[in-house]
Amino acid sequence: MSGRANSRSARRGIGDHLILALVLALSIAMIAPALWVIGLSLKDNHELMANPNSVFHPPYVIDNYVNILYGGGVIRWILNSLIVSVGLTFGTLLLSSLAGYGFARLNFRGRDILFIVVLFGLAVPEQAVIVARHQIFSLLKFHNTYHGIILPGLSNAFGVFLMTQYFRAIPKELDEAALIDNASRFKIFWKVLLPLTLPAQATLGIFTFLLSWNDYFWPLISATEKSMYTLTVGMASMQVNFAQSEGVGFLMAQAVFAGAPIFIVYLFFQKYIVTAVSGAAMK
Amino acid sequence: MTNRSDASARRRKAAGADAPDWRNALFVAPYLFFFATLLVFPLFWGIWLSFHKADIFTSGPFVGLGNYIRLFNDAVFLRSVGNTFYFVFLTVPALALLGLFLALSLNSNSRLATILRGLFFSSSVLSVTIVTLIWRFVFIPQYGLLAAIYKLFDAEAPSFLTDPSLAMIAIAITTIWWCIGLPMMLFLAALQQIPADIYEAAALDNASRWRTLTSITLPSIRRTFVLVVIIQIVMQFQLFGQAWLMTRGGPNNVTRPIVLHIYDLAFRRWDVGLGAAASEVLFALILAAAMIQYLMSRSAGERS
Repeated sequence: MSGRANSRSARRGIGDHLILALVLALSIAMIAPALWVIGLSLKDNHELMANPNSVFHPPYVIDNYVNILYGGGVIRWILNSLIVSVGLTFGTLLLSSLAGYGFARLNFRGRDILFIVVLFGLAVPEQAVIVARHQIFSLLKFHNTYHGIILPGLSNAFGVFLMTQYFRAIPKELDEAALIDNASRFKIFWKVLLPLTLPAQATLGIFTFLLSWNDYFWPLISATEKSMYTLTVGMASMQVNFAQSEGVGFLMAQAVFAGAPIFIVYLFFQKYIVTAVSGAAMK
Repeated sequence: MTNRSDASARRRKAAGADAPDWRNALFVAPYLFFFATLLVFPLFWGIWLSFHKADIFTSGPFVGLGNYIRLFNDAVFLRSVGNTFYFVFLTVPALALLGLFLALSLNSNSRLATILRGLFFSSSVLSVTIVTLIWRFVFIPQYGLLAAIYKLFDAEAPSFLTDPSLAMIAIAITTIWWCIGLPMMLFLAALQQIPADIYEAAALDNASRWRTLTSITLPSIRRTFVLVVIIQIVMQFQLFGQAWLMTRGGPNNVTRPIVLHIYDLAFRRWDVGLGAAASEVLFALILAAAMIQYLMSRSAGERS
């Protein structure tokens, strides 16, 4: 009896070690490319040219990072990305909250049909509308402007869906009590219910910001002037004449510099970001 | 007395509040404006364009199914459809199975598991540009990380991104590295939902670990598995950035996906009508794939 139990726990032990070894091997595969790129960014460009393997030993220098401040458009592109992402995030929060309250709480003709139509919007991939959108924006002369990059994101139905669900979960007694006090609809929304939706606002806000910050396709076709590039498009434009131009170390420093802001945000808000992204996927 | 009149006033007010009122629609109007102009209208305008010979500003003459006929006679487009399916085939099973494996092994509160979960999700917050910059350099011959590893074994690394048989695999590896976080997190969330007392009962019955996994854990998260596969199919069908930035669709179009073809037609050659037609084909393919997957999972569920 005890022998059988022992052999089972021994087998468990071997299995656990195998799984752990496999997971650790995978985590090395995850982290090695990133560490290696950080290493490259800290090397002198000429030394790297002469011997690519010099990345594995010192001396390491920060010259490449200093050079970012003097040349290249990275800082401008980070600024553009910030304007676009913050603009889209606040726009989405405002529109989705208003619409979510309307769909969840208020009665008007055609409400249920409209809501179903909006839900269908969730199933439309960006590529199905992007060609026509681009033509419309060309006619309106919206390309190479901030609003031109921001506006398409405002049509995303996910926020409305999320906020409607959230408003529905709030007990109705709260607004009925306020109605008795003769508060206006807008006042109830703004003063009573909106503060209760802060967790959903945070989730939606983080999700929208991340999606907008990392968006590539629409900014690529809409922001074609170098000064209007977002960070993703700008970084991509530098890869084209990669390596021969300013040196591998400098290029990698720019990649690290460009990736750092979102990565630091991730380190601090990891829990919220994971909840936001997985919640959005499960819609 | 006062109580009763209060209650009736409340009821009257509540009834009045529930009556349809067009002013209530003002709350949804701002969003619906953007929804209608930037999603619904472009969706139909795109279908309209796909039947016309259009350029950057105007839709020209009506050509009926001409664009679609041109597409299906275009070897490069057909190739891009095949490439996209190949890419989905390379990435989706790997993402689902690896994600499941990681979720099963990291589903604990230990410090190591917490850190590793954070690590495996961390690449997902990077943009496609940074991911491809990293991996292009991992794959580059002579200078790359893989070249350095091959050299440790005195071997010469192939040039992954220019070898026709390896290029798509290299893009798939990059994509798996980038996207593995989401499936893992979705599976973890599902694992947390399984009630602990089922496991306790299994432990009392002295059920083996394998038995517990196959008869409790996996059946409980079947729905999540289907969800993960559908999400990944829809996402990976839209491959663009990795292929565009790592290989430009080459060598010899072997890594050219549908979206890259759409980009090329509509925004580089400005054959907007043809690009619109290609995007409608992609839309139909995505809908069909998701639908088939959903129906298959439902009929499988009914059988069991």
